[in-house]
Amino acid sequence: MDLLYRVFVGPFQDMVTAPTFLAEVLIGGVAAGLMYSLVALGFVLIFKASGVFNFAQGVMVLFAALTLVGLMERGVPMVAALALTIGVMVALAFAIERVVLRPLVNQEHIILFMATIGLNFFLEGLGEMVWGANVKRLDIGIPDESFTVAGILINKLEMTAAATAAVLVGVLAVFFQRTKIGRALRAVADDHEAALSLGIPLRTIWVVVWSVAGIVAIAAGIMWGAKSGVQFSLSLIALKALPVLILGGFTSVPGAIVGGLIIGTGEKIGEVYWGPLVGGAIENWFAYVLALAFLLVRPQGLFGEKIIERV
Amino acid sequence: MRPAPPPPPALLEVDGVSVRFGAVQALDQVSLSVRRGEIIAIIGPNGAGKTTLLNVISGFYHPSEGRIRFEGRDRTRLAPYDVAALGIARTFQNVALFKGMSVLDNIMTGRLLKMKGSFLLDALYWGPAKAQELEHRARVERIIDFLEIQAIRKTPAGRLPYGLQKRVELARALAAEPTLLLLDEPMAGMNVEEKEDMCRFILDVNGEFGTTIALIEHDMSVVMDISDHVAALDYGRKIADGTPAEVRTDQVVIDAYLGVSHA
Repeated sequence: MDLLYRVFVGPFQDMVTAPTFLAEVLIGGVAAGLMYSLVALGFVLIFKASGVFNFAQGVMVLFAALTLVGLMERGVPMVAALALTIGVMVALAFAIERVVLRPLVNQEHIILFMATIGLNFFLEGLGEMVWGANVKRLDIGIPDESFTVAGILINKLEMTAAATAAVLVGVLAVFFQRTKIGRALRAVADDHEAALSLGIPLRTIWVVVWSVAGIVAIAAGIMWGAKSGVQFSLSLIALKALPVLILGGFTSVPGAIVGGLIIGTGEKIGEVYWGPLVGGAIENWFAYVLALAFLLVRPQGLFGEKIIERV
Repeated sequence: MRPAPPPPPALLEVDGVSVRFGAVQALDQVSLSVRRGEIIAIIGPNGAGKTTLLNVISGFYHPSEGRIRFEGRDRTRLAPYDVAALGIARTFQNVALFKGMSVLDNIMTGRLLKMKGSFLLDALYWGPAKAQELEHRARVERIIDFLEIQAIRKTPAGRLPYGLQKRVELARALAAEPTLLLLDEPMAGMNVEEKEDMCRFILDVNGEFGTTIALIEHDMSVVMDISDHVAALDYGRKIADGTPAEVRTDQVVIDAYLGVSHA
C-alpha cells in the first residue's frame, strides 16, 4: 500500500502543496525542452530536404561551438566571432554539397546516410585538430545566476537560451511551412529527378538547408556550451534529439518543437517527483523509454507524414 | 504569284547529337527539328534511344557531341532546372510524382518557377505572398478542371491508380505553362479508354494552349492519329523523319520494327 501511495498519490500531493516549486520544475523542463528542439530541428531540416538522416548533426553542434570558442580565445570579440562562425558553417554547407552530396545525387538514402557518418568523424577530427581537445569555457556574458518572479526562481542563462530557441524555432517554422520553399523542399525530398525537371535547383536547396542546419547548430552549441562547457560530449546531445524526433516525427518542424517540450518537461518532472523512488537518474532514460513506446504505437510520430505503402 | 511564306523557324533544333554510355552508343549523330506548335512523335524499337533523346533535350544528360538550340539559342549544356526555366516541361516513363504529397500540391510544385520573390521575402511579406499563392491556385484549378481530375485533388499521389498518376504528372507539367512539352510514353500501361482520354488531352493542350509537344509512344495507331510529324530511331540513329504517312510506309522503319538483320 505504501508503495502504491508513493507512486500514485504522493508526487501529486507534492505538486499541489508546493505550486511554486512545480512552476520552477516546469520552467526548467520547458527550457531544456526547447534546447532539445533546437538540436532536433537541425535533423528535421535536412531530413525534409534530402530524405537523409544527418548523423553528423551532433558533431556540427560541437564543431560550431568549438569554432566560436576558439575564435574568442584568440581575442576575436563575441559578435565578430559569431559572424565568422556563421560564415564557417555556410562555407561548410557549400563544401558538403560539392564534395559529399553532389556526387551522390540519386543514390539510395542509405548511401547518403553512410556518407554523413563519414562526415561525422571528419568534422570531429577537424574540430579537434584545429581547436584542440580540452574542455573550453564559453562565456556569452549572461551570468549563470537566478532571479525571482512571484516567488519563482528563474535562471537567467536558461531563460535566454529558451527565448532564443523559441524565436529561432518560430522563424524556421514559418519559413518552411508557409513559403514556396516549403513545397520545394518536400518536392526535393520526395523525388530528386522530378524536382529537377520542374526547375527546382537541387544544389541551391541543399546549400540553403545545410546552411540553416549549421546556423541552428551554432545556436544549440552556444546554449549547451554556455551551460556545460564546450567539450566532446556536446556531440552526444544529438542522442537526446533522437527521441524528440521519434515523438514529433522526422518530417515535422512543429513536431520537433512539441516533442522537445514533452521530453524536456517529462524528464524533469519524472526526475524530481518520481526520481527518489528509484534512486534517481530518470532523466537519463525517460526520453528513450517514451520514444520506444511511441515506436510501438505511432511510428510516424505525432506530426509525421503517414507512411503510405501500396501493396 | 507571291512566293509561299517561309517556313516558321524551328522551336527546337537537335543538331548531330551523340551520347555514349561506356561502350554503348545510345545516340549517334541524331538531328531533329521541332517546329513551333506541332505534335511530334518519336518512335522506335526498345533501346533505340528515344528516352535518351528526351533526357538530352531536358538536360538530364549532356551530349558528347552536337548542339541543341531552343528558340534560336544554344543550350547544349544546361542543367535540368535551367532547361525547365526556359519553358521545357516533361513527364517520365515511370511516373515521377511526389508520392507523399496531394495531387494539388504536386501540381502546385509545377508553378514554382512562375512564383516570384526570394525565399526570405516570401516568408516576411504576408500580403503579396498570399495573393500570389491564390493566383497560382486559381490557375492550377483550371488545369485540374481541364484534365478532369477534380475528384482526386486532395488524394496523395502515391495512392492513385497508374492511369491517373500519368494524368496528374501531365497536369504538373502543364502547370509550368511550357512552350515545349516532352512526354515519355504518356499512354504506357493504360487501357483503351484511358488512352483515348489521354489522346484527347494531348490534342486539346496542343490546340488550346498552342503548346508544342514531343512524345514517345509505342502504340502506332495513336501515333498516326495525333501527330503532325514522326521521327523514327533505331540503334541510336535516326532512320526516318516525316509525316505519319511517309514514316509508316518507309521500308527502313518497317524493317526496324520487324527485326530484319542489320548485316
